[in-house]
Amino acid sequence: MQASTPAANASHGEHLLSLYRTMARIRAFENAAEEASRGSVAAFGATSDAAALVRGPLHLSTGQEAVAAGVCANLARSDYLTSTHRGHGHTLAKGADTTAMMCELFGRAAGSNKGKGGSMHIADFGVGMLGANGVVAAGIPIAVGAAHSAKIRGSRAIVACFFGDGAINRGPFLEGLNWAKIFELPVLFVCEDNRYSATTATDAMTAGEGAAARARGIGLPAETVDGNDVLAVDAAARELVARIRAGGGPQFLHALTYRVKGHVSVDAAAYRDQGEVEQALESDPLKLAGQRLAALGIAAGRIAAADAEARAEIEAAVAAAHAARPPEPAEAYADIQDTGAGQWR
Amino acid sequence: MTTARKLTMAQAISEAIGQEMERDPKVFAMGEDIARYGGIFGATGGLLERFGKERIMDTPISESAFIGAATGAAAEGMRPIAELMFVDFFGVCMDQIYNHLAKNTYMSGGKVRLPVVLMTAIGGGYNDAAQHSQCLYGLFAHVPGLKIVVPSNAYDAKGLMIQAIRDDNPVMYFFHKGIMGLPWMAYYEGSSNEVPQEAYTVPFGQARIAREGKDVTIVALSQMVQKALLAAAELEKEGIGTEVVDLRTLVPLDVEAVVRSVKKTGRLLVADEDYLNFGLTGEIAALIAERLDQISLKSPIRRLGVPGVPIPYSRPLEQFIIPQVKSIADACRGMMRGKVAQPA
Repeated sequence: MQASTPAANASHGEHLLSLYRTMARIRAFENAAEEASRGSVAAFGATSDAAALVRGPLHLSTGQEAVAAGVCANLARSDYLTSTHRGHGHTLAKGADTTAMMCELFGRAAGSNKGKGGSMHIADFGVGMLGANGVVAAGIPIAVGAAHSAKIRGSRAIVACFFGDGAINRGPFLEGLNWAKIFELPVLFVCEDNRYSATTATDAMTAGEGAAARARGIGLPAETVDGNDVLAVDAAARELVARIRAGGGPQFLHALTYRVKGHVSVDAAAYRDQGEVEQALESDPLKLAGQRLAALGIAAGRIAAADAEARAEIEAAVAAAHAARPPEPAEAYADIQDTGAGQWR
Repeated sequence: MTTARKLTMAQAISEAIGQEMERDPKVFAMGEDIARYGGIFGATGGLLERFGKERIMDTPISESAFIGAATGAAAEGMRPIAELMFVDFFGVCMDQIYNHLAKNTYMSGGKVRLPVVLMTAIGGGYNDAAQHSQCLYGLFAHVPGLKIVVPSNAYDAKGLMIQAIRDDNPVMYFFHKGIMGLPWMAYYEGSSNEVPQEAYTVPFGQARIAREGKDVTIVALSQMVQKALLAAAELEKEGIGTEVVDLRTLVPLDVEAVVRSVKKTGRLLVADEDYLNFGLTGEIAALIAERLDQISLKSPIRRLGVPGVPIPYSRPLEQFIIPQVKSIADACRGMMRGKVAQPA
């Protein structure tokens, strides 16, 4: 809904600026991670430790920031979130500390996962972020279980479950949604549709009317939004979250966005037209939000300040990660449940 | 006349599939990103252009569906090749692999043959963390009914792939990402080698003596063969002769080649990138232990593998838990210094 009075415009603008800040922080994080990972993927020690800051393949959420920011703006710290292999934005927007996140990408002992998880398994249980996930659709049943726990415990917490468009073709999508519905569990399913399943366009691989239609087929109310319009995502998420908190059971949000980068940092995405990417960049979520902020009377200086603050925060995180110590090799044996490790060696 | 060129393992695999597809119209391939992209690790590079999307098929992210479909298509006369992008993803489709593909021939009383090749990427060393770095061939070798192929170099990769496609049984074919010769991933020089242009087969169950030596036998496969060869070159400078046995296939397993080598050297190191516990290293050690009436050991058997932890992301952690050239060489040195095991 468009605000109209000057007072409403101002309030609207402040709200959008807060969403913009989250997006700018995610963008700065992704840009820094990408920069720090350049040339780092090598199997056989060909790249020296000193030269490579972030090692291993990265799945960047650049251009998809509005989905994370818009949904997470409607979550409390006590709510839960499950993510995907492209999970930096969700994690940051849920309130994780960016220094701990960057340390994790650098493989440092001070990382949020002590260097054991890396980009694809980043988690912060302290803020209800139950983990990124390297296996497509695997977070869905885990989210449903967290919601079931909330229900049994009588907690008011809800769960936001992020997954991609590729995930709707794997079995856990059906199984998880069905489970959530028969027990009327407090889950917001968010299909973050960036149009690609790894390097293959999802459309040609998906029968029927897509994610929202499949959710409705299982009895879940489902909304489709422009996932690059952070206000639209925020408004839709607010409505769906309110329904969930009111006991309305699981809800489904299908957010249409675009994967600006390759599937993974080593993928140049040569399989798609450059024109397609350029067209998508026209509706870059930060660009759209910036235009809207100006229209709502937010001073250009405040928008620039939000960008600068975001960059400064992430630069500090990178510096801290750079200075942090790597784990001692023997720390590899720690944290393996109670089964212990290495005793077989 | 044979014309050989130096190929990467990825090129060799793709060439093998292409030649068999030309020879046999029943052969087709499917998997995630295998057509337009040519496979995330290049195993099907260039095949879409030659054979079209009816025979080189991109699939949805639906492994239960397309691996199950491979079983069904094979039962009805086709010879499918399916690619599971990373072996780590077996969890979403294991039922189709081990309850159906692996068992249907036996459960039918031998009435159905399932000539399926299920190929998949394995291995760590490039910081891809616990869900993208495992080997797991030991797990599939444990299940009855699957042939298990794990090449260490391009020549073997081509011959073993052609053999796999022509085999009337389900074959799982594991290629290690670190020896595929990918431009974005450094690899072991020895894994790219001379490959004849013509089609040829490398029979299953015949280990290759990758290097001869008199003092220590190293049994390995896949990338670990290349590491063992580098360790052997180091050890030679110290006067230690190392024999490297490249198993090439786990099922069937060339027991005689291992026994013959250990009889000669009297020392056995099994170097593996799969998990140490209850796997390949224990299996090879056991088959020597069962023959101690025929074999005289000069040192206790040694095993190297990934100890009981998932593969960690951080480089110092990962490099520590995956056996490296240095740990292989150190283990061999230790065996040369060691005495014959005496019961306590």
